[in-house]
Amino acid sequence: MKLLGSAVPVVMLTTVLLAVAGRAQDASSADRGGFEAKLQYCKTCHGLSAQGYRGYFPMPRLAGQQPQYLENQLRAFIERRRTNPVMANVAHALNPSTVSALATHFKNLDPRPIGGAPKQSLALGRRIYEDGIAEANVPACSACHGADGHGQNEIPRLAGQLYEYMVGQLTGWAKVRGQGSAVDTSAIMAPTAHNLTRPQIEAVAAYVSTLP
Amino acid sequence: MRVMVPHGRHRSPRKRKDMKRIVWTSALLKAALLTWALVTLVASVGPARAWEQAPIVRNCTWCHGTSAQGYTVAPRLAGQRPLYITSQIRSFREHTRDNPLSKQYMWSAVAALGPDVARDLAAYFATIPPRPANDGDQALAARGRAIYMEGIPEANVAACYACHGPNAEGIREIPRLGGLSRFYLRARLQQWGQGYHSVAGSPMPVVARSLAPDEIEELTSYLSFVR
Repeated sequence: MKLLGSAVPVVMLTTVLLAVAGRAQDASSADRGGFEAKLQYCKTCHGLSAQGYRGYFPMPRLAGQQPQYLENQLRAFIERRRTNPVMANVAHALNPSTVSALATHFKNLDPRPIGGAPKQSLALGRRIYEDGIAEANVPACSACHGADGHGQNEIPRLAGQLYEYMVGQLTGWAKVRGQGSAVDTSAIMAPTAHNLTRPQIEAVAAYVSTLP
Repeated sequence: MRVMVPHGRHRSPRKRKDMKRIVWTSALLKAALLTWALVTLVASVGPARAWEQAPIVRNCTWCHGTSAQGYTVAPRLAGQRPLYITSQIRSFREHTRDNPLSKQYMWSAVAALGPDVARDLAAYFATIPPRPANDGDQALAARGRAIYMEGIPEANVAACYACHGPNAEGIREIPRLGGLSRFYLRARLQQWGQGYHSVAGSPMPVVARSLAPDEIEELTSYLSFVR
């Protein structure tokens, strides 16, 4: 995710505007901003069933995600509290009613987890998820994310999430989330992400990726 | 250039069956020759040189160009991701990649390629340093780069960068695009837009439908210059 920050230059707004103007004879702008068009747009990267996708970067699963979490993150991208230049641009092009329609739609999708995580530390991952690591001040993930990993309200679903995405988020938490001066919900995870070792992160990421 | 001979056109089913047998026999022959070439050449001049001389590699470079750098409709294979090459060979074999030129040339070209040979060929081509085609329009490249890096969110065009990487280098079964010819890239994007297929589950038909013709020109111009 570090590459994502460094490789993309400042938004070339004029360029984008020119490109948009150039497709005047294309579909009407209402269609392009509508729910169906934006849904296809999301699925281009996040998987045709919103199950997530392994591109050059791991694109997270959106299927079954908590609507409030999705809306919060889109706002965080726009306000640069969560660093991701590509998603900041994407979020800018979504109006609030489309966002809530998309979030509701994704909540109701239930494709099988994409799989592909290493299997050797699933048992450790499960232990961390269910019991935490008392000596390292890591609470049980299940306490907030639920025994089934489905999350609630602003707390995200982790079940079926891409292994690589989970590892990337937990290892890079402090550099990507909660940026700027405003405090947001990402602060809740900061100490836990910090207290987990890399092998522990990999174990718990592998475990949640298998949850239906 | 060498003339490409279309296979399998205007033939009766029986003739096609005979052709199949011939293709298989010649494949066996090629495999034998290949083994022989490898055994003799690996010993004397090293593996890379041996592959270059192998009849089966020459069958590819016939159309894909000297050093596999691509030639007009046949894309560069040099430096391509090996998993991408094998996935495409499989999709030609299974007739899922179905645009006209694939049908005409590649379906028969890979009909006799087993998975092991396909994997070895892919590994070999991946090691050849790719050269950029440079056949784009320089004046369009800057806008093409902006589309590549950022997409066009207002028009639902996804950033190519998210899947194909910061330098269009590709990863795993996602192809390297940097330096492929504008001609080839444009044809692929147009074909997806027209409803032809590549591999199951590919997001590319959705991507291609979102691109306007002038955006395809800009994007492919940019990519043709990427090293």
